Amino acid sequence: MEVSGLRLLFLIALAATTLPGCALFRRGDAQLPPATSEQTAAEPVTGEPSDKPIIDPQVERREIRRTRIDTEDFEVGAYVGVLSVEDFESNVVYGARLAYHLTEDFFLEATAGQSRAGRTSYENLSGSADLLTDSERDYTYYALSVGWNALPGEIFLGENRAYNTAFYLVAGIGNTTFAGDDRFTVNGGFGYRILPADWIAVHFDVRDHVYDIDLLGEKKIVNNLEAHLGLSIFF
Amino acid sequence: MRRSSTLSGILSALLLALLTLTAGPGTARADEPHKILIADPFIELHTGPGRGYPVFHVIERGREVMIVKRRTDWFQLRTDRGLEGWAPRDQMIATLEPTGEPLDLQEPARENYMSRRWQAGVAGGDFAGASMISAFGGYAFSDNLSIELTLNHILGEFSTGYSATLGLMHVFVPEWRISPYFTLGTGVIHTEPKSTLVQSIDRDDQIGYVGGGLQFYLTRRFMLRTEYRNNVIFTSRNDNEEVDEWKYLGFAFFF
Repeated sequence: MEVSGLRLLFLIALAATTLPGCALFRRGDAQLPPATSEQTAAEPVTGEPSDKPIIDPQVERREIRRTRIDTEDFEVGAYVGVLSVEDFESNVVYGARLAYHLTEDFFLEATAGQSRAGRTSYENLSGSADLLTDSERDYTYYALSVGWNALPGEIFLGENRAYNTAFYLVAGIGNTTFAGDDRFTVNGGFGYRILPADWIAVHFDVRDHVYDIDLLGEKKIVNNLEAHLGLSIFF
Repeated sequence: MRRSSTLSGILSALLLALLTLTAGPGTARADEPHKILIADPFIELHTGPGRGYPVFHVIERGREVMIVKRRTDWFQLRTDRGLEGWAPRDQMIATLEPTGEPLDLQEPARENYMSRRWQAGVAGGDFAGASMISAFGGYAFSDNLSIELTLNHILGEFSTGYSATLGLMHVFVPEWRISPYFTLGTGVIHTEPKSTLVQSIDRDDQIGYVGGGLQFYLTRRFMLRTEYRNNVIFTSRNDNEEVDEWKYLGFAFFF
Protein backbone atom coordinates (compact mmCIF):
# COMPACT_ATOMS: atom_id res chain seq x y z
CA MET A 1 0.00 0.00 0.00
CA GLU A 2 2.85 2.24 0.89
CA VAL A 3 4.44 1.61 -2.48
CA SER A 4 1.30 2.24 -4.52
CA GLY A 5 0.69 5.47 -2.64
CA LEU A 6 4.15 6.65 -3.45
CA ARG A 7 3.72 5.64 -7.04
CA LEU A 8 0.46 7.50 -7.23
CA LEU A 9 2.03 10.63 -5.80
CA PHE A 10 4.88 10.32 -8.26
CA LEU A 11 2.49 9.90 -11.15
CA ILE A 12 0.44 12.89 -10.01
CA ALA A 13 3.56 14.99 -9.82
CA LEU A 14 4.53 13.76 -13.28
CA ALA A 15 1.11 14.61 -14.63
CA ALA A 16 1.20 18.02 -13.01
CA THR A 17 4.50 18.82 -14.66
CA THR A 18 3.93 17.31 -18.08
CA LEU A 19 0.27 17.94 -18.77
CA PRO A 20 0.47 21.73 -18.98
CA GLY A 21 3.13 21.13 -21.59
CA CYS A 22 0.90 18.73 -23.49
CA ALA A 23 -1.82 21.33 -23.45
CA LEU A 24 0.24 23.31 -25.94
CA PHE A 25 -0.43 20.61 -28.51
CA ARG A 26 -4.17 20.75 -28.06
CA ARG A 27 -6.15 22.70 -30.55
CA GLY A 28 -9.21 24.78 -29.74
CA ASP A 29 -11.06 24.57 -26.46
CA ALA A 30 -11.12 20.80 -26.05
CA GLN A 31 -11.46 19.67 -22.46
CA LEU A 32 -8.21 19.73 -20.63
CA PRO A 33 -7.43 17.12 -18.01
CA PRO A 34 -7.33 18.47 -14.49
CA ALA A 35 -3.85 19.63 -13.82
CA THR A 36 -4.40 20.40 -10.13
CA SER A 37 -3.28 17.81 -7.64
CA GLU A 38 -5.96 18.49 -4.96
CA GLN A 39 -8.80 16.88 -6.90
CA THR A 40 -7.04 13.63 -7.61
CA ALA A 41 -5.44 13.56 -4.19
CA ALA A 42 -8.87 13.88 -2.59
CA GLU A 43 -9.95 10.58 -4.11
CA PRO A 44 -9.51 7.62 -1.79
CA VAL A 45 -6.44 5.65 -2.53
CA THR A 46 -8.00 2.46 -1.30
CA GLY A 47 -11.40 0.99 -2.12
CA GLU A 48 -13.08 0.13 -5.40
CA PRO A 49 -10.92 0.91 -8.42
CA SER A 50 -12.80 3.18 -10.80
CA ASP A 51 -13.16 2.30 -14.48
CA LYS A 52 -11.70 5.60 -15.47
CA PRO A 53 -7.90 5.58 -15.76
CA ILE A 54 -6.38 7.67 -13.03
CA ILE A 55 -4.12 9.42 -15.46
CA ASP A 56 -5.20 10.18 -18.95
CA PRO A 57 -2.09 11.69 -20.48
CA GLN A 58 -3.86 13.05 -23.59
CA VAL A 59 -0.63 13.02 -25.53
CA GLU A 60 -1.38 13.43 -29.18
CA ARG A 61 0.11 10.87 -31.47
CA ARG A 62 2.96 12.28 -33.47
CA GLU A 63 1.72 12.34 -37.00
CA ILE A 64 4.22 11.34 -39.65
CA ARG A 65 3.24 12.56 -43.03
CA ARG A 66 4.84 10.26 -45.57
CA THR A 67 5.59 12.34 -48.59
CA ARG A 68 5.57 10.31 -51.74
CA ILE A 69 8.96 9.88 -53.28
CA ASP A 70 9.14 11.81 -56.52
CA THR A 71 9.75 9.15 -59.17
CA GLU A 72 11.17 10.43 -62.42
CA ASP A 73 11.14 7.52 -64.83
CA PHE A 74 9.42 9.27 -67.74
CA GLU A 75 11.05 11.57 -70.20
CA VAL A 76 9.18 13.81 -72.64
CA GLY A 77 10.76 15.93 -75.30
CA ALA A 78 10.87 17.32 -78.80
CA TYR A 79 13.44 17.24 -81.55
CA VAL A 80 14.39 18.92 -84.82
CA GLY A 81 16.68 17.50 -87.46
CA VAL A 82 17.22 16.43 -91.01
CA LEU A 83 15.55 13.46 -92.69
CA SER A 84 16.80 12.10 -95.96
CA VAL A 85 13.95 10.43 -97.83
CA GLU A 86 15.49 8.06 -100.34
CA ASP A 87 15.02 9.43 -103.90
CA PHE A 88 13.18 12.44 -102.49
CA GLU A 89 15.86 14.82 -101.15
CA SER A 90 16.47 15.75 -97.52
CA ASN A 91 14.22 17.92 -95.46
CA VAL A 92 13.65 19.25 -92.00
CA VAL A 93 12.01 16.78 -89.62
CA TYR A 94 10.51 17.61 -86.27
CA GLY A 95 8.97 15.32 -83.76
CA ALA A 96 8.08 14.44 -80.21
CA ARG A 97 9.45 11.74 -77.97
CA LEU A 98 8.20 9.97 -74.86
CA ALA A 99 10.48 7.56 -73.05
CA TYR A 100 10.04 5.37 -70.01
CA HIS A 101 13.13 4.19 -68.17
CA LEU A 102 12.63 0.61 -67.04
CA THR A 103 16.00 0.13 -65.41
CA GLU A 104 19.26 2.00 -65.47
CA ASP A 105 20.12 0.03 -68.63
CA PHE A 106 16.92 -0.16 -70.66
CA PHE A 107 14.19 2.20 -71.75
CA LEU A 108 11.14 2.18 -73.97
CA GLU A 109 10.60 4.98 -76.40
CA ALA A 110 7.73 6.24 -78.51
CA THR A 111 8.51 8.80 -81.18
CA ALA A 112 6.34 10.58 -83.72
CA GLY A 113 7.77 12.79 -86.42
CA GLN A 114 6.79 14.79 -89.43
CA SER A 115 8.66 15.86 -92.54
CA ARG A 116 8.09 16.50 -96.21
CA ALA A 117 9.57 14.84 -99.26
CA GLY A 118 11.14 16.88 -102.04
CA ARG A 119 11.37 16.10 -105.75
CA THR A 120 13.26 13.21 -107.28
CA SER A 121 16.03 13.80 -109.80
CA TYR A 122 13.82 12.13 -112.38
CA GLU A 123 11.03 14.64 -111.79
CA ASN A 124 13.46 17.53 -112.06
CA LEU A 125 15.06 16.29 -115.26
CA SER A 126 11.96 15.16 -117.12
CA GLY A 127 10.23 18.43 -116.31
CA SER A 128 6.61 17.40 -116.48
CA ALA A 129 5.72 14.10 -114.85
CA ASP A 130 5.21 14.31 -111.09
CA LEU A 131 5.38 11.03 -109.23
CA LEU A 132 3.46 12.28 -106.22
CA THR A 133 0.79 14.83 -105.56
CA ASP A 134 1.41 17.61 -103.10
CA SER A 135 -0.35 15.90 -100.19
CA GLU A 136 1.39 12.58 -100.94
CA ARG A 137 4.71 14.29 -100.22
CA ASP A 138 3.79 14.62 -96.55
CA TYR A 139 5.91 12.23 -94.54
CA THR A 140 4.85 11.22 -91.04
CA TYR A 141 5.98 8.35 -88.88
CA TYR A 142 5.66 6.84 -85.47
CA ALA A 143 7.93 4.30 -83.82
CA LEU A 144 7.91 2.16 -80.70
CA SER A 145 11.43 1.23 -79.70
CA VAL A 146 13.57 -0.30 -77.02
CA GLY A 147 16.75 1.46 -76.02
CA TRP A 148 19.87 0.25 -74.28
CA ASN A 149 22.21 2.63 -72.46
CA ALA A 150 25.30 0.91 -73.77
CA LEU A 151 27.95 3.36 -72.61
CA PRO A 152 27.01 5.51 -69.64
CA GLY A 153 29.62 8.03 -68.63
CA GLU A 154 30.51 11.57 -67.83
CA ILE A 155 31.92 14.49 -69.76
CA PHE A 156 34.07 17.11 -68.13
CA LEU A 157 33.94 20.79 -68.91
CA GLY A 158 36.92 22.48 -67.36
CA GLU A 159 37.96 21.70 -63.82
CA ASN A 160 34.72 21.90 -61.89
CA ARG A 161 31.97 20.66 -64.14
CA ALA A 162 31.00 17.07 -64.90
CA TYR A 163 27.82 16.06 -66.68
CA ASN A 164 26.31 12.61 -66.88
CA THR A 165 26.01 11.19 -70.36
CA ALA A 166 24.98 7.98 -72.08
CA PHE A 167 25.56 6.54 -75.49
CA TYR A 168 22.58 4.37 -76.33
CA LEU A 169 21.38 2.02 -79.04
CA VAL A 170 17.74 1.99 -80.14
CA ALA A 171 15.70 -0.39 -82.28
CA GLY A 172 12.00 -0.74 -82.88
CA ILE A 173 9.00 -1.00 -85.12
CA GLY A 174 6.48 1.52 -86.34
CA ASN A 175 4.69 3.01 -89.28
CA THR A 176 5.57 5.50 -91.98
CA THR A 177 2.87 7.32 -93.90
CA PHE A 178 4.34 8.48 -97.18
CA ALA A 179 3.15 8.63 -100.79
CA GLY A 180 -0.42 8.16 -99.58
CA ASP A 181 0.11 4.84 -97.85
CA ASP A 182 1.03 3.40 -94.48
CA ARG A 183 4.15 1.27 -94.46
CA PHE A 184 5.46 -1.01 -91.74
CA THR A 185 8.81 0.42 -90.75
CA VAL A 186 11.73 -0.96 -88.82
CA ASN A 187 13.97 1.63 -87.22
CA GLY A 188 17.32 1.45 -85.56
CA GLY A 189 20.08 3.77 -84.57
CA PHE A 190 22.08 5.31 -81.81
CA GLY A 191 22.05 8.41 -79.71
CA TYR A 192 24.01 10.39 -77.21
CA ARG A 193 22.40 12.00 -74.19
CA ILE A 194 23.91 14.70 -71.98
CA LEU A 195 22.23 15.74 -68.73
CA PRO A 196 23.03 19.37 -67.84
CA ALA A 197 20.92 18.81 -64.69
CA ASP A 198 19.20 15.77 -63.22
CA TRP A 199 15.87 16.63 -64.80
CA ILE A 200 16.83 17.75 -68.30
CA ALA A 201 18.60 16.01 -71.17
CA VAL A 202 20.02 17.07 -74.52
CA HIS A 203 19.97 14.34 -77.17
CA PHE A 204 21.72 13.81 -80.43
CA ASP A 205 20.21 10.91 -82.37
CA VAL A 206 20.83 9.13 -85.64
CA ARG A 207 18.14 6.79 -86.94
CA ASP A 208 17.60 4.66 -89.97
CA HIS A 209 14.00 4.01 -91.04
CA VAL A 210 13.68 0.99 -93.28
CA TYR A 211 10.59 -0.02 -95.25
CA ASP A 212 9.46 -1.56 -98.53
CA ILE A 213 8.02 0.67 -101.24
CA ASP A 214 6.65 -0.18 -104.69
CA LEU A 215 6.09 3.35 -105.86
CA LEU A 216 7.96 2.89 -109.14
CA GLY A 217 6.35 -0.46 -109.96
CA GLU A 218 8.99 -2.66 -108.42
CA LYS A 219 9.25 -3.32 -104.73
CA LYS A 220 12.43 -2.12 -103.13
CA ILE A 221 13.85 -1.53 -99.69
CA VAL A 222 14.27 2.08 -98.69
CA ASN A 223 16.64 3.43 -96.04
CA ASN A 224 15.76 6.87 -94.74
CA LEU A 225 18.42 8.33 -92.50
CA GLU A 226 17.56 10.86 -89.88
CA ALA A 227 19.77 12.93 -87.60
CA HIS A 228 18.22 15.13 -84.98
CA LEU A 229 18.90 17.22 -81.92
CA GLY A 230 16.42 17.06 -79.08
CA LEU A 231 15.64 18.34 -75.63
CA SER A 232 13.75 16.37 -73.02
CA ILE A 233 12.61 16.63 -69.45
CA PHE A 234 12.31 13.92 -66.82
CA PHE A 235 9.11 13.73 -64.82
CA MET B 1 -3.39 15.19 -95.58
CA ARG B 2 -5.99 14.55 -92.92
CA ARG B 3 -3.69 12.16 -91.11
CA SER B 4 -0.74 14.49 -91.17
CA SER B 5 -2.83 17.29 -89.73
CA THR B 6 -3.95 15.05 -86.86
CA LEU B 7 -0.34 14.11 -86.27
CA SER B 8 0.74 17.72 -86.18
CA GLY B 9 -2.09 18.27 -83.72
CA ILE B 10 -0.69 15.53 -81.52
CA LEU B 11 2.78 16.99 -81.89
CA SER B 12 1.69 20.46 -80.88
CA ALA B 13 -0.23 19.02 -77.93
CA LEU B 14 2.92 17.19 -76.83
CA LEU B 15 4.97 20.35 -77.21
CA LEU B 16 2.42 22.21 -75.13
CA ALA B 17 2.61 19.49 -72.51
CA LEU B 18 6.39 19.82 -72.60
CA LEU B 19 6.20 23.57 -72.06
CA THR B 20 3.87 23.18 -69.10
CA LEU B 21 6.09 20.43 -67.73
CA THR B 22 9.14 22.66 -67.76
CA ALA B 23 7.49 24.43 -64.85
CA GLY B 24 7.29 21.01 -63.15
CA PRO B 25 10.73 20.58 -61.58
CA GLY B 26 10.49 23.99 -59.95
CA THR B 27 7.25 23.17 -58.21
CA ALA B 28 8.47 19.70 -57.29
CA ARG B 29 11.39 21.27 -55.45
CA ALA B 30 8.97 23.10 -53.21
CA ASP B 31 7.62 19.80 -51.87
CA GLU B 32 8.76 18.76 -48.45
CA PRO B 33 11.51 16.19 -48.97
CA HIS B 34 11.31 12.75 -47.45
CA LYS B 35 13.70 12.40 -44.48
CA ILE B 36 15.27 9.07 -43.70
CA LEU B 37 17.81 7.61 -41.32
CA ILE B 38 20.79 5.57 -42.53
CA ALA B 39 20.83 2.11 -40.91
CA ASP B 40 23.50 0.41 -42.99
CA PRO B 41 27.09 0.89 -41.76
CA PHE B 42 27.40 3.36 -44.61
CA ILE B 43 25.81 4.35 -47.93
CA GLU B 44 27.83 5.26 -50.98
CA LEU B 45 26.75 8.20 -53.09
CA HIS B 46 27.32 7.91 -56.83
CA THR B 47 27.48 10.90 -59.17
CA GLY B 48 24.73 9.44 -61.37
CA PRO B 49 21.88 6.93 -61.30
CA GLY B 50 23.91 3.94 -62.50
CA ARG B 51 26.38 1.42 -61.11
CA GLY B 52 29.21 2.76 -63.27
CA TYR B 53 29.11 6.32 -62.00
CA PRO B 54 31.88 6.94 -59.48
CA VAL B 55 31.33 7.05 -55.72
CA PHE B 56 32.18 10.51 -54.44
CA HIS B 57 30.82 10.53 -50.91
CA VAL B 58 29.97 8.17 -48.07
CA ILE B 59 27.22 8.70 -45.50
CA GLU B 60 27.61 6.89 -42.19
CA ARG B 61 25.09 5.05 -40.07
CA GLY B 62 22.75 7.20 -38.01
CA ARG B 63 22.89 10.23 -40.27
CA GLU B 64 19.68 11.79 -41.48
CA VAL B 65 19.37 12.43 -45.22
CA MET B 66 16.60 13.53 -47.56
CA ILE B 67 15.30 11.64 -50.56
CA VAL B 68 15.09 14.11 -53.41
CA LYS B 69 13.83 11.82 -56.15
CA ARG B 70 13.94 8.37 -57.58
CA ARG B 71 14.92 7.18 -61.06
CA THR B 72 14.46 3.48 -61.87
CA ASP B 73 16.21 1.72 -58.93
CA TRP B 74 18.27 4.69 -57.83
CA PHE B 75 17.50 7.32 -55.21
CA GLN B 76 18.90 10.81 -55.16
CA LEU B 77 19.83 11.75 -51.60
CA ARG B 78 20.71 15.12 -50.13
CA THR B 79 22.85 15.30 -47.01
CA ASP B 80 22.50 17.99 -44.35
CA ARG B 81 25.52 19.67 -45.92
CA GLY B 82 23.70 19.98 -49.22
CA LEU B 83 25.60 17.28 -51.10
CA GLU B 84 23.49 15.41 -53.64
CA GLY B 85 24.22 11.95 -54.95
CA TRP B 86 22.61 8.70 -56.02
CA ALA B 87 22.28 5.48 -54.01
CA PRO B 88 20.97 2.14 -55.27
CA ARG B 89 17.79 0.52 -53.99
CA ASP B 90 19.67 -2.40 -52.38
CA GLN B 91 21.27 0.03 -49.95
CA MET B 92 18.03 1.88 -49.33
CA ILE B 93 16.18 -1.21 -48.06
CA ALA B 94 17.99 -0.96 -44.71
CA THR B 95 17.21 2.73 -44.19
CA LEU B 96 14.66 3.86 -41.64
CA GLU B 97 11.88 6.38 -41.32
CA PRO B 98 12.45 9.10 -38.69
CA THR B 99 10.14 7.05 -36.43
CA GLY B 100 12.50 4.10 -36.59
CA GLU B 101 10.34 1.96 -38.86
CA PRO B 102 11.95 0.54 -41.96
CA LEU B 103 11.41 2.68 -45.03
CA ASP B 104 8.61 1.34 -47.18
CA LEU B 105 9.67 1.70 -50.78
CA GLN B 106 6.31 0.39 -51.97
CA GLU B 107 8.00 -1.77 -54.51
CA PRO B 108 5.60 -3.31 -57.00
CA ALA B 109 6.27 -7.03 -57.04
CA ARG B 110 4.67 -10.18 -58.25
CA GLU B 111 2.48 -10.33 -55.14
CA ASN B 112 1.12 -6.91 -56.10
CA TYR B 113 0.04 -8.35 -59.39
CA MET B 114 -2.87 -9.98 -57.60
CA SER B 115 -4.10 -6.60 -56.42
CA ARG B 116 -3.49 -4.81 -59.70
CA ARG B 117 -6.41 -3.22 -61.45
CA TRP B 118 -5.04 -1.68 -64.63
CA GLN B 119 -2.75 -3.12 -67.22
CA ALA B 120 -1.47 -1.66 -70.51
CA GLY B 121 1.09 -2.48 -73.14
CA VAL B 122 2.22 -2.69 -76.74
CA ALA B 123 2.97 -5.63 -79.02
CA GLY B 124 4.16 -6.46 -82.47
CA GLY B 125 2.97 -9.32 -84.62
CA ASP B 126 1.37 -10.69 -87.72
CA PHE B 127 -2.19 -10.36 -88.99
CA ALA B 128 -2.91 -12.66 -91.95
CA GLY B 129 0.58 -12.13 -93.32
CA ALA B 130 0.57 -8.38 -92.71
CA SER B 131 2.67 -6.71 -90.04
CA MET B 132 0.77 -5.54 -87.03
CA ILE B 133 1.43 -3.02 -84.28
CA SER B 134 -0.82 -3.37 -81.31
CA ALA B 135 -1.64 -1.39 -78.18
CA PHE B 136 -3.81 -2.72 -75.39
CA GLY B 137 -5.22 -1.70 -72.05
CA GLY B 138 -7.29 -3.62 -69.56
CA TYR B 139 -9.12 -3.43 -66.28
CA ALA B 140 -9.30 -6.42 -63.92
CA PHE B 141 -12.54 -7.21 -62.11
CA SER B 142 -11.03 -10.06 -60.16
CA ASP B 143 -7.77 -11.99 -59.89
CA ASN B 144 -8.57 -13.92 -63.04
CA LEU B 145 -10.95 -11.94 -65.16
CA SER B 146 -10.36 -8.64 -66.91
CA ILE B 147 -11.82 -6.63 -69.77
CA GLU B 148 -9.39 -5.51 -72.43
CA LEU B 149 -9.40 -3.01 -75.27
CA THR B 150 -6.98 -3.65 -78.14
CA LEU B 151 -6.10 -1.30 -80.99
CA ASN B 152 -4.24 -2.74 -83.97
CA HIS B 153 -2.54 -0.99 -86.83
CA ILE B 154 -2.28 -3.55 -89.65
CA LEU B 155 0.28 -2.81 -92.37
CA GLY B 156 0.06 -5.17 -95.31
CA GLU B 157 1.48 -5.25 -98.78
CA PHE B 158 -1.84 -4.61 -100.48
CA SER B 159 -3.88 -2.94 -97.80
CA THR B 160 -3.59 -1.25 -94.45
CA GLY B 161 -6.12 -1.23 -91.69
CA TYR B 162 -7.09 -0.50 -88.16
CA SER B 163 -9.00 -2.66 -85.77
CA ALA B 164 -10.44 -1.99 -82.34
CA THR B 165 -11.64 -4.89 -80.24
CA LEU B 166 -13.11 -5.25 -76.78
CA GLY B 167 -12.96 -8.59 -75.04
CA LEU B 168 -12.71 -10.61 -71.89
CA MET B 169 -9.45 -12.10 -70.76
CA HIS B 170 -9.24 -14.95 -68.27
CA VAL B 171 -5.85 -15.66 -66.69
CA PHE B 172 -5.95 -19.23 -65.43
CA VAL B 173 -3.38 -19.12 -62.63
CA PRO B 174 -2.34 -15.48 -62.11
CA GLU B 175 0.10 -16.36 -59.32
CA TRP B 176 2.33 -18.35 -61.66
CA ARG B 177 5.31 -16.62 -63.21
CA ILE B 178 4.32 -17.94 -66.64
CA SER B 179 0.60 -18.02 -66.86
CA PRO B 180 -1.69 -18.99 -69.74
CA TYR B 181 -4.82 -17.04 -70.53
CA PHE B 182 -7.90 -17.28 -72.66
CA THR B 183 -9.53 -14.38 -74.49
CA LEU B 184 -12.77 -13.80 -76.35
CA GLY B 185 -14.25 -10.64 -77.82
CA THR B 186 -15.56 -8.58 -80.67
CA GLY B 187 -14.86 -5.32 -82.46
CA VAL B 188 -14.55 -3.52 -85.76
CA ILE B 189 -11.95 -3.58 -88.50
CA HIS B 190 -11.37 -0.90 -91.11
CA THR B 191 -9.46 -1.85 -94.26
CA GLU B 192 -8.01 0.50 -96.86
CA PRO B 193 -6.42 -0.89 -100.01
CA LYS B 194 -3.10 0.62 -101.05
CA SER B 195 -3.38 3.66 -103.27
CA THR B 196 -1.43 1.82 -106.00
CA LEU B 197 -4.32 -0.64 -106.36
CA VAL B 198 -7.26 0.49 -108.42
CA GLN B 199 -10.28 -1.69 -107.80
CA SER B 200 -11.44 -2.20 -104.23
CA ILE B 201 -12.85 0.32 -101.79
CA ASP B 202 -12.50 1.00 -98.08
CA ARG B 203 -14.36 -1.44 -95.89
CA ASP B 204 -15.67 -1.47 -92.34
CA ASP B 205 -16.53 -4.90 -90.95
CA GLN B 206 -17.39 -6.46 -87.67
CA ILE B 207 -14.84 -8.85 -86.24
CA GLY B 208 -15.07 -11.54 -83.58
CA TYR B 209 -12.20 -13.43 -82.03
CA VAL B 210 -11.21 -16.26 -79.75
CA GLY B 211 -7.67 -16.74 -78.62
CA GLY B 212 -5.14 -17.59 -76.01
CA GLY B 213 -1.73 -16.59 -74.86
CA LEU B 214 0.97 -16.64 -72.27
CA GLN B 215 2.03 -13.90 -69.93
CA PHE B 216 5.41 -13.90 -68.31
CA TYR B 217 6.14 -11.84 -65.23
CA LEU B 218 9.44 -10.06 -65.81
CA THR B 219 10.26 -7.86 -62.84
CA ARG B 220 8.74 -5.05 -60.75
CA ARG B 221 5.59 -4.07 -62.64
CA PHE B 222 6.55 -5.44 -66.05
CA MET B 223 5.36 -8.41 -68.03
CA LEU B 224 5.90 -9.95 -71.43
CA ARG B 225 3.15 -11.65 -73.33
CA THR B 226 2.56 -13.57 -76.50
CA GLU B 227 -0.84 -14.25 -77.96
CA TYR B 228 -2.72 -15.99 -80.73
CA ARG B 229 -6.19 -15.01 -81.94
CA ASN B 230 -8.48 -16.64 -84.42
CA ASN B 231 -10.52 -13.84 -85.97
CA VAL B 232 -13.72 -14.11 -87.93
CA ILE B 233 -14.41 -11.08 -90.10
CA PHE B 234 -18.14 -10.78 -90.82
CA THR B 235 -17.85 -9.42 -94.36
CA SER B 236 -20.68 -8.10 -96.51
CA ARG B 237 -19.87 -10.83 -99.02
CA ASN B 238 -21.26 -14.36 -98.92
CA ASP B 239 -18.37 -15.87 -96.98
CA ASN B 240 -16.92 -14.81 -93.70
CA GLU B 241 -13.17 -14.48 -93.57
CA GLU B 242 -11.09 -16.35 -91.02
CA VAL B 243 -7.84 -14.69 -90.09
CA ASP B 244 -4.97 -15.83 -87.88
CA GLU B 245 -3.44 -13.15 -85.72
CA TRP B 246 -0.19 -13.57 -83.80
CA LYS B 247 1.22 -11.16 -81.30
CA TYR B 248 4.78 -12.43 -81.26
CA LEU B 249 5.98 -10.32 -78.42
CA GLY B 250 4.25 -7.80 -76.26
CA PHE B 251 5.39 -5.74 -73.33
CA ALA B 252 2.93 -4.89 -70.59
CA PHE B 253 2.96 -3.18 -67.23
CA PHE B 254 0.38 -3.12 -64.44
CA PHE B 255 -0.48 -0.38 -61.99
